[in-house]
Amino acid sequence: MRRALCLCVLLWCAPAWARDAGRAQAIAEQLRCLVCQNQTIAESDAPLARDLRMQVSEQLAQGRSDQQVIAFMVARYGDFVLYRPPVKPMTWLLWFGPFVFLGGGLFQLYRVARRHEQELT
Amino acid sequence: MKKIALLPLIVFGLLVIVLAAGLRLDPAEVPSPLVGKPVPPFRLARVEDPKASFSPSDLAGQVWLLNVWASWCGTCRQEHPALMAFSRSAKVPLIGLDYKDPRGSGAAWLEQLGNPYRWSVLDADGRVGIDFGVYGVPETFVIDKKGIIRFKFIGALTPELIRSTLQPLLRELENA
Repeated sequence: MRRALCLCVLLWCAPAWARDAGRAQAIAEQLRCLVCQNQTIAESDAPLARDLRMQVSEQLAQGRSDQQVIAFMVARYGDFVLYRPPVKPMTWLLWFGPFVFLGGGLFQLYRVARRHEQELT
Repeated sequence: MKKIALLPLIVFGLLVIVLAAGLRLDPAEVPSPLVGKPVPPFRLARVEDPKASFSPSDLAGQVWLLNVWASWCGTCRQEHPALMAFSRSAKVPLIGLDYKDPRGSGAAWLEQLGNPYRWSVLDADGRVGIDFGVYGVPETFVIDKKGIIRFKFIGALTPELIRSTLQPLLRELENA
């Protein structure tokens, strides 16, 4: 009877475990491993990545939100811990620069083409 | 030659300057967001005497250094003579954070090589290290009299770094 009760309690908790594990994985895929810096802490085998994954799981178990856990990491390691750089004035050049250069290049191409056309006529 | 023909040369020159500046930076270095913020509080058992403990509040009102080290860290072994020389001559307390070391390993390492630290504390699971944003060993933090982190050295302290960067900073903080 007690075994059945334990089983029921475990099955009842399972969805919460699964949900937290899913959130932990999602957060871990957004955080950079500071040791193997081209990997996320989800992918990296470095001891620090393991420690940080554990921190993420523990904080979620304590009831923190995804944003709170990410803020915890950024407060300690800075923006670089975010695998995707944030879009803020400091990183506008990084995000929009390629499009600006592409635009500039296309514009020049257009001007050269126009001049060519005018010279031909 | 038309002046406009110089434009590609000028752009190239600017590009050379920008890229040369970039080559002198280390992209793997992670600047610490803790500089300018209060030192993270903790209380850990001392390596030399596990019955005693240390907390940053014990050194409130003083300028001090926190050096993150470990017995398994090869670079720390290289840094060790510089720290020994520094602690012999400096008045600023050097506190060690023994990072992710099994109990006893740190004490044995200090016994063998010499102890430059006033005290060392054992951060066995690395949680205090995470609070300090530690991502490699060794690292050294400079804390001022108000308990604010003022500088973080990433990697080993060398005699040159101590002379050129650390000592002027300590002088400035001591006189504040």
